[in-house]
Amino acid sequence: MRFAPTEDQIDFRDAVRGLLADTCPPDAVRAAWREQVGEVPGGGDGRVRAAWDALAEMGVLGVMVPEGSGGLGLTDEDIVPLLVECGRAALPDPVSSTAYVAAGLLRENPGRSTEALLARIAEGSATVLVGFPGSPYLTAAETADVFLMCDRGEVHELTRSEVTLEPVTSVDGARALCRVEWEPSDRSVIVGGFDGSQAVTRAFDRAALGAAAQLVGLGERMLDLTVGYAAERKQFGVAIGTFQAVKHHLADAASAVAFAQPLVLRAAYSLAQGDPDAPVHVSMAKARASAAALVVAEAALQCHGAIGYTVEYDLHFFMKRAWALASRYGDADFHRDRVRAVLLG
Amino acid sequence: MGGIPSVFPSTDPGGDVRFPGRSAYGPDRPGSDGAGSDASSGVGQTGVMDLTWSDAEEAFRQECRTWLTEHAPNPALPSGDTAAGFAAHVEWEKELHADRWAVVSWPEAYGGRDASLWEWLIFEEEYYRAGAPQRVTQNGIFLLAPTIFEFGTPAQQDHYLPRMSAAEDLWCQGWSEPNAGSDLAGITSRAVRDDAAGGWLLSGQKTWTTRGAFCTHLFGLFRTDGEAERHRGLTYFLVPLDADGVTVRGFGRLDGDEGFAEVFLDDVFVPDNPDEGISPADAAATMSRGGTLGGIDQGWGVAMATTTSERGLTLRSPGRFRAAAARLLDLAREVDDSGRLTERLGDRVVDAWIDAEAYALYTLGDVTGIVEGRSPGARSSFNKVFWSELDIRLHRAALDLLGPDAELDGPWMKGYEFALSGPIYAGTNEIQRNIIAERVLGLPRK
Repeated sequence: MRFAPTEDQIDFRDAVRGLLADTCPPDAVRAAWREQVGEVPGGGDGRVRAAWDALAEMGVLGVMVPEGSGGLGLTDEDIVPLLVECGRAALPDPVSSTAYVAAGLLRENPGRSTEALLARIAEGSATVLVGFPGSPYLTAAETADVFLMCDRGEVHELTRSEVTLEPVTSVDGARALCRVEWEPSDRSVIVGGFDGSQAVTRAFDRAALGAAAQLVGLGERMLDLTVGYAAERKQFGVAIGTFQAVKHHLADAASAVAFAQPLVLRAAYSLAQGDPDAPVHVSMAKARASAAALVVAEAALQCHGAIGYTVEYDLHFFMKRAWALASRYGDADFHRDRVRAVLLG
Repeated sequence: MGGIPSVFPSTDPGGDVRFPGRSAYGPDRPGSDGAGSDASSGVGQTGVMDLTWSDAEEAFRQECRTWLTEHAPNPALPSGDTAAGFAAHVEWEKELHADRWAVVSWPEAYGGRDASLWEWLIFEEEYYRAGAPQRVTQNGIFLLAPTIFEFGTPAQQDHYLPRMSAAEDLWCQGWSEPNAGSDLAGITSRAVRDDAAGGWLLSGQKTWTTRGAFCTHLFGLFRTDGEAERHRGLTYFLVPLDADGVTVRGFGRLDGDEGFAEVFLDDVFVPDNPDEGISPADAAATMSRGGTLGGIDQGWGVAMATTTSERGLTLRSPGRFRAAAARLLDLAREVDDSGRLTERLGDRVVDAWIDAEAYALYTLGDVTGIVEGRSPGARSSFNKVFWSELDIRLHRAALDLLGPDAELDGPWMKGYEFALSGPIYAGTNEIQRNIIAERVLGLPRK
């Protein structure tokens, strides 16, 4: 029995945290926003290329890619702590979708062009999105290279020219969101039959867990921001962080994250081990991570007061990402229902 | 086929999502069986994450389960917070001790099995799973004993620990006073030096002392330096309750049982700890009249070591909540079978189950850290707030499942009444939230 990340995983996580602090500071997220709202002439895709390239360089995008295809050949346990860091930085890029969900799906369901695509994922030259029935929206779709669309127990591989994209506006201005329409065909199916439904479940679980991991990171970041602010901001002649009302808001918010975290870690372990209960474990993790991030977001806003209620201050980047991801791949209620179906039938 | 629905459906993503293989969540396996893997990790594996138990640990679990199945009282004992029930519980404690189950993690010399912290967790899981009696010795073995292991002299360890594990000495905690609850440093009970007799004269009043009317000994803080204020000038004393000058008055807790007591001390003599070199018989005679733990005027630091135990995993091991969540789930399944389980109530049951799992996993992380030399420190306040509030939600859900039977004075109501004490004792949850804010998050104290 040992329930903690390995030393290597902690070192890797710390390296990624440093990398993203350098390449994806709040100003980079702000720039992604400005592109989306048309403040930057020519617009953009909301991507933080410097971070993406550096993540490829460091091997992060190839964590799930087999060594034979230029990756690290590691597991869910290795990449999930790194996705926490992506959340902490509010990195808009689809790291979870490409490096975790797509790479995991491809390596477990090899087909004619799998190896080449995995190699491109590892080197950072392919953005691969994974879509599920239930949500028509994908981020970064306008610059994505490959779409792996799941539907009724089948996975279909499509290029950008084979899907129809219609830009829509997310509350999170850094998420370049598109409604994606597509038509399955015999030619596009890459996984089906018995393997198909298993592959789709596993991909969905990874997508949900990837979001849960980012929500944990977002929660920690919002807590950090708020603790820093509450220690500095003075009212009635003292730092507002000395008030018990403020302390207790933040203690509860911190507790929600603290108890979501082990569920996220356990779900990663279960997916890596092929535990038959992995879907339940993922749902416990996503249910609690979604709830925790929303609790932290509200506490953070309340403790910041009016300054948090502006788009000039950084908090809203993290808060709005938390709102987006909290309901992405199933919100807390959806995932509680999934646990309930197993416990209570 | 084709296209994508425009709203998120409340069904599973792939349409026919399956849960292949053997699940740990089937009705025949309601929890408390670890991570649900049959794989064995082998012993001594470090570094990687591993949520399985080794063969040796599984064997230990089986040994626990077999013994508890054969010995756990059925029907359950009467409440340990009544005189008759307490006596029955002490007999149970002696039975545990006879087969060395009373303090599995202690050294063999003191009645234990030298079990690892992991094995202790397994024992606790099995203990609660078996529905075995509450531990009326818990304030001794979980709160005082860690302090004796850390601060006691070898002579004190040899004297007090075997008697404690054998349930010969039954310890209660003398922290709170009428005007010192959450503000523990506000205590006024004092110990006055008696040089002629070679010891101290203790006076004052302790209160809300759990099972004080039935225990034989009290550990508590007394003011040894009248000039010093607050946290300074306190000393940790060990006091036999049959000493001259001690008066104990039991009184009813919320559930009506005489689980509380006031302890009045009027010039109660406690001798200095015996000098090294005197005969073991003389030393034992002295220690049987009490003593001090961890140095004169050093009591605050010594006591804080105990409160950390109380808040953290030792008092509320995850096995307790997983077992309670499993019973709650059984109850919900019964109600569901009769068609009376509402959507909302079912959700609360599932939430309690998820929280019990989260607590168990959090604790596994704590234990991993302790085994590898990382102390949870102030983070133990997270545990305390979480388990105590989970316990209330869990019992409230059970009562609501019972419908009109909820008001009957049954085990769930009793459990609920007990759960309500959780956010109050061991440092109120308000104090815990301050600790989290100040010592975990780093918010300013003033």
